[in-house]
Amino acid sequence: MDEKAVTASGGAAAYAERMKRIMDAVELRQPDRVPVAFFNMFWLARYGGISCREAMYNYERLAEIARRALLELQPDVYAHPHLVTAVGPVMDKIGYLQMQWPGHGTGDNVSYQYLDREYMKAEEYEDYLFDPTGFYLAKYLPRVAAEFDGLARLQNLPGQYYFSLILGMHRYADRQVVGALAAMRDAGEEARRMLTHAAAFGKEMADLGFPQAQGPTANAPFDYFGDNFRGSKGIMLDMYRRKDQLIAAMDKAGVFILRQACAAGVRSPSKFVFIPIHWAFDGFMSLAQFKVFFWPSFRKLVVGLIDGGFIPLVLWEGDCTSRLEVIADIPRGKAVYWFERTDLLRAKEVLGGTVCLRGNVPASMLTTGTPADVDACCRGLIEQVGRDGGFILDGGIGIPDEAKTENVRAMFEAARKYQP
Amino acid sequence: MIENEKQLVEAISEMREEEAFALAKAMLDRGEDPIRVLELCREAMDIVGKRFERQEYFLPELVLAGEMIENIGAIAKPLIQEKSGGEAKKLGRVLIGTVHGDLHDIGKNIVTFMLDINGFEVKDIGIDVPVAKFVEEIREFKPAVVGLSGFLTLAFDSMKETVQAIEAAGLRDRMKIMIGGGQVDEAVRNYTGADAYGSNAVAALTLCRQWIAG
Repeated sequence: MDEKAVTASGGAAAYAERMKRIMDAVELRQPDRVPVAFFNMFWLARYGGISCREAMYNYERLAEIARRALLELQPDVYAHPHLVTAVGPVMDKIGYLQMQWPGHGTGDNVSYQYLDREYMKAEEYEDYLFDPTGFYLAKYLPRVAAEFDGLARLQNLPGQYYFSLILGMHRYADRQVVGALAAMRDAGEEARRMLTHAAAFGKEMADLGFPQAQGPTANAPFDYFGDNFRGSKGIMLDMYRRKDQLIAAMDKAGVFILRQACAAGVRSPSKFVFIPIHWAFDGFMSLAQFKVFFWPSFRKLVVGLIDGGFIPLVLWEGDCTSRLEVIADIPRGKAVYWFERTDLLRAKEVLGGTVCLRGNVPASMLTTGTPADVDACCRGLIEQVGRDGGFILDGGIGIPDEAKTENVRAMFEAARKYQP
Repeated sequence: MIENEKQLVEAISEMREEEAFALAKAMLDRGEDPIRVLELCREAMDIVGKRFERQEYFLPELVLAGEMIENIGAIAKPLIQEKSGGEAKKLGRVLIGTVHGDLHDIGKNIVTFMLDINGFEVKDIGIDVPVAKFVEEIREFKPAVVGLSGFLTLAFDSMKETVQAIEAAGLRDRMKIMIGGGQVDEAVRNYTGADAYGSNAVAALTLCRQWIAG
């Protein structure tokens, strides 16, 4: 089949055709062929011959390269590159402290990297539980970005009302507060500038017939605390030393995560909510611990998103085979489970009647293998996992940064070559 | 084993942190040999390791066990200097680090702890380690095993370059090289030229025991 002829003429018709293909898969019907998704973080930089640094800072160049790649590869859906990659200028303006990135601790040709640290102390669970927003202003925001320092002076807001509010306005003339608010405004304007570029690119690609794969992002409450607050070592110890506080805090955080995703989702062209899952893999915690610590608050989030009219797109990183029976307990045909390393045939057995599957050409194959390897792998996935529909082809973690271009081409071509 | 020694081993291996520390402290306060207390910690760690292999225990238990042993070690080790003999002889040397470009360390830290508690002399040279630094450290420390850690896919090339540099320096045949980290599998092992890969800390321990203890 001629790949150009796959799409109907006219952008709107092509867009509708791709959306139908994806939604047929999501809703567990058999589409006309297995859809294929595009997700990357810094592979576009390699494809376009620019540094990771430039990909993070040059909005137009990134758009130009992404346009070229998407028109060549013809995915059915794509994750918007700017929203994943082009965050350098905003991070500069807030003095972001939770990552290192090109020009800020790493060389020009590596991806940004999150720093696994304690950003919340064990004894601060009580503060978070009592007043999460107060904790954010007084402690958390100043720890994660240098320009938020002045916010620590804005404490006890619920204690300010009537005369204490009126007279308390003096704190907004505090030099540090003024400085923080000015820096945040500056960052806000940069964020708007980037998002304007992003929206223009999104519209351009939509007019060419390409829907976006995801809109807002969210995280499981366990990952929220494990990644962004307590650090991996901290949360592992909390599971023993502060079990009840951890569970209560995750329940609370889940409310905010859901609200934020829904608020962002209302404005987004895509109703898919991307949720990368970091700490659910088999080797990290026992199944019993998963059922107590990970699943309850996460399930609440998934169901909440579905009730809000969104489609959870859950990337289960690592191998999550032992979790499959537990995570099957969600409404049918309303979500996508993207598996990085879990055997998709096994996943199909357990989850095939419940949730659309996505994945999972190994990152190591896309990086070190050959086009023939990739083609054979994709064929196997399409023919077996794509049987009866409910499957989207992709790499285990999308396209890894160092993937060989010929391997990437082979993956997208395979989607058009083979039928289940 | 006498009763309170059994209790200490059990408290540690059953993850009863406060009880374990209280028992250890009481033993040391009574004048028990601190080296014996650390041996009991290792025996408990052995149990923890076996339960990890049997998939009864997972990373939270390894990390908590590590904390318990570190806290007990903090009160036991200063007492060792006062007695003759010093610590038990080490089994062999392992050099470990996260390869250049990669900043991740939690897995590496757990491996370091497991190897250390099991009697290996471990030198952890940190994260984002340039190729040249690995070579320099190998020349100086003369490890029997080198562990390369990396979480990101960019680590594949960094590991390959590190192995190649060790070869170019004429040092390759003096050691075994193991790799580990989130994206690592047999394809990556083959690509990098390492001798083996491990999926977790116990695999690293098994490899070192095979290679060093023979």
